[in-house]
Amino acid sequence: MSTSSPIIEFSKVNKWYGEFHVLRDIDLSVAKGERIVVCGPSGSGKSTLIRCINRLEVHQSGTLTVDGTELTDDVKSIEAVRRQVGMVFQQFNLFPHLTVLENLTLAPMWVGKIPKAEAEERAMQQLKRVQIAEQAHKYPLQLSGGQQQRVAIARSLCLTPKIMLFDEPTSALDPEMINEVLDVMVELANQGITMICVTHEMGFARSVADRVIFMDQGQIVEQNTATEFFANPKNERTQDFLSKILAH
Amino acid sequence: MTRSYQQHFEPIAPRKPPTSHTGAMAWLHRHFFDGPFNSFLTILFLALLLWAIPPVFNWTIWYAIPNADNEACRAAQGLGACWGVVAEKGRLILFGRYPYAEQWRPLLASSVLVVLLVVSCLRSFWRPSLVLAWVLVYAFFFALMRGGFAGLTPIETERWGGLPLTLLLASVSLVVAFPLAILLALGRQSDLPAIRTLCVVFIEFVRGVPLISVLFMASFILPLFMPQGTSIDVLVRVLIGMTLFTAAYLAEVIRGGLQALPKGQVEAAHSLGLSYWQIQRMIVLPQALRLVVPSIVNTFIGAFKDTSLVTIVSLYDLTGAVQLALGDADWRKFFIEGQMFVAAIYFIACFAMSRYSQWLESLLNTGTRRQ
Amino acid sequence: MSTPPPPKRQWSWRSQAFRGLLYQILAIVLLALAIAYLMSNTFANMRARGIQSGFDFFLQPAGFGIGESLFDFDSSQNYLVAYLVGLSNTLRVALVGLVLSTLLGTLIGIGRLSHNTLVKVLCTSYVEVTRNVPLLLQLFMWYFAMTELLPSIETPLKPMTDVFLSKNGLQYPIPVWEAGHWGTLLGMGAGVVAASLWKRHARLQFEATGIYKASLLPALGLFVAGGVLGWLLGGAPGQLDIPELTEISVVGGGSVSPEYLTLLIGLTVYTSGYIAEVVRAGIQSVSFGQHEAAVALGLKRSQELRLIQLPQAMRVIIPPLTSQYLNLIKNSSLAVAVGYPDLVSISSTALNQTGRAIECIAFVMLIYLSLSLLTSGAMNIYNRSVQLKDR
Repeated sequence: MSTSSPIIEFSKVNKWYGEFHVLRDIDLSVAKGERIVVCGPSGSGKSTLIRCINRLEVHQSGTLTVDGTELTDDVKSIEAVRRQVGMVFQQFNLFPHLTVLENLTLAPMWVGKIPKAEAEERAMQQLKRVQIAEQAHKYPLQLSGGQQQRVAIARSLCLTPKIMLFDEPTSALDPEMINEVLDVMVELANQGITMICVTHEMGFARSVADRVIFMDQGQIVEQNTATEFFANPKNERTQDFLSKILAH
Repeated sequence: MTRSYQQHFEPIAPRKPPTSHTGAMAWLHRHFFDGPFNSFLTILFLALLLWAIPPVFNWTIWYAIPNADNEACRAAQGLGACWGVVAEKGRLILFGRYPYAEQWRPLLASSVLVVLLVVSCLRSFWRPSLVLAWVLVYAFFFALMRGGFAGLTPIETERWGGLPLTLLLASVSLVVAFPLAILLALGRQSDLPAIRTLCVVFIEFVRGVPLISVLFMASFILPLFMPQGTSIDVLVRVLIGMTLFTAAYLAEVIRGGLQALPKGQVEAAHSLGLSYWQIQRMIVLPQALRLVVPSIVNTFIGAFKDTSLVTIVSLYDLTGAVQLALGDADWRKFFIEGQMFVAAIYFIACFAMSRYSQWLESLLNTGTRRQ
Repeated sequence: MSTPPPPKRQWSWRSQAFRGLLYQILAIVLLALAIAYLMSNTFANMRARGIQSGFDFFLQPAGFGIGESLFDFDSSQNYLVAYLVGLSNTLRVALVGLVLSTLLGTLIGIGRLSHNTLVKVLCTSYVEVTRNVPLLLQLFMWYFAMTELLPSIETPLKPMTDVFLSKNGLQYPIPVWEAGHWGTLLGMGAGVVAASLWKRHARLQFEATGIYKASLLPALGLFVAGGVLGWLLGGAPGQLDIPELTEISVVGGGSVSPEYLTLLIGLTVYTSGYIAEVVRAGIQSVSFGQHEAAVALGLKRSQELRLIQLPQAMRVIIPPLTSQYLNLIKNSSLAVAVGYPDLVSISSTALNQTGRAIECIAFVMLIYLSLSLLTSGAMNIYNRSVQLKDR
């Protein structure tokens, strides 16, 4: 791991939804190329945490710096950050009225100002990477859930982001399709991209994560290397959560 | 490779958000001045309102004449509204050409009908005895309005008018249209091609023509259909026209409900050995109707407004009555006040019904929402 | 594999197919009997009242004048022409009403979703008021405003130079048709062609290089430039028929009657409330996740609207929008209540004159039915073509 400055830095970040204090004094540094899994009970603020990174959520106090740019209301800096951050959603959020290929070339053409031919070539490359190139001309609703999520991953990769965020990417999938998506994520992880993943898939965390973070009630309760985290959870809340999750 | 992370966990108590994001200033900013375009719009509309509201207030309230004083009204014309027109002509507007002395009869009849309508809206009253109540109330309504017994002078239907007529037309056309609409909707879904074609042709024909032409047809052509020598009451003609019209629209609403029902329901019922009519009566219709109750209420709101069209075939419902009332040359100038009075009645009734429809929708959804 | 044996036909009460057939035959026979009964009554009644039947009266002179129309009509022309005038009047008010109510309704629908509370409240109130008061009552109120509250023609309102508004309607300058205007029309046609060529060029450029050239404003500009050029080449005909205020009246210029204005304004205001709701529902139907994905990809708000939200919203908007259009066309039949000579109004005059109720009403219903079926047919085709393709 490099010892240069962190690519994401949370410093005393707080967020409120109305009166509800959803993120409390978050301090977090993510190094370039690091792979992080965030877990915790629902309502703990883990999705909110990663959505702050690409400004889908706005934090009210503290500083959040992504790839050297501090996230404020400045429109230009937000645009710059979003170009470097890709996001995969639980509900895929593919555009149903466009083909798979059009879904992938949309942002490179309209945001990246890349010519159509080059954008399509890039798109086909990414589709091959997630092993779904043969579906390029189908429409999203014609594909299965696992296929759609892989297309969604390919779509965010088309902009060559430095950071990939995953918000419970397999939670909406039928069990037999979870593995095909996890395989793609493992392969991505092995290629050195910075990843932050909110997930319940502990097997994935154990094999891929450099660091596992446990959140509860808006704070980071415990964080450790993957092996240490699962072998010796220190906090009793962590132990409680793990016992529930790993019971099956 | 090991990293040392903070291993001591101290729970943080929740705090209040910083003041720049709450409180009056933030609320104002978010709701009215969120960005330059929105701020411009707020200022523009505020300016328009400030320009328009004082004159409207002056006319409607400040300089208005509340009592039925024709002299004062004329003097104040243009400056203040003449609400006295409502006092003066109110009974004519509300009851049409029904004889003045007998107006307690439509008042009583429509009050009873309105009470029954409101009662029918409450869930606790949804029982079979409600149907009996409706039949009795309608019989009472017709008997009371018509008269001709127990010392009540007979009043022919041409003289019925105003609010009772509106209520009668809207409620009867919906109630009678309902079973007809169910049959049409089921027929349209039927496997038998002749039945299906007949239902489709009827529904598309009625939905494709304006209500006015249906009312004209009812007014002019129905008498020709009657056996020679018999005549058909004006009110009955109009009711038939409105009922057929409402039935076609209601049939489409019910068809929506039938289509929304999962196929598995009918399959399960078939596998239990139930017959077609048993399935419709016990399984399909109860669920399908419940799905579209809000749309049915919307159809009723539409029928309530559509009754205004009977003015064109010379039945003086609420809308027609105000035109009639203000034909009087003395009060002709104050048409607007009379019309606003009637518009307010319609607005209150329809607004209440649409709010009820929303309440009903949320009530029925809480039991059926899928996880 | 052999073919399945043909189904055994059982002519018994227990066979479903037999019962189905029986029911249908029964229904048809009953219907035929009912129709026969009604028709025999009708003929008897008509004979008793001396009413003749048949559509031949359509070719007889109408014997009544029509208050306003697009082309000249006098009472010596036959009923068929009268009906055509009625149809043209209906279309004249309906088509303009459709355009205006769509524009107004779209703005108000978007306004209902605004973050600005003042705008949202105003738009919501507009929708609630226009939808909860019957159209006929609204028409009567507008008619009263037009005929009682506006000044008389001796002292009309002047909202713009040479435009006069009074109890007698709206009078405005209208260009006089000259040969040179063909140049304008041809120029506009050329402008349309040039605009579409430019749009194509801009699109190909964008796909080839990724640089986006604005295409809407230049296209509009080309259209206008073409028209102006054609007008100049046609000799720049500039003669206008300008209404003039004389001692007792306003003379000249194009005009629309207060009845037309009443119907147009009433229909527009009423229908725009419904269209606003349709537009709002369409915009809200696009799930929030689509917005998040667009934002995460870095699309600007205008790009997101154009590429993601509008295409998906249109699918949800078009079908109910079409039924609102049909409602407007059917509602224009209320013209008879304010004295505007539309199709229904003329048919009712003809009915009163000839007594041939069935023919007159049937003809009107046929015309409306054709309009409705045409519009629904076109909408069904459009709907099928834009369906989201799924398994």
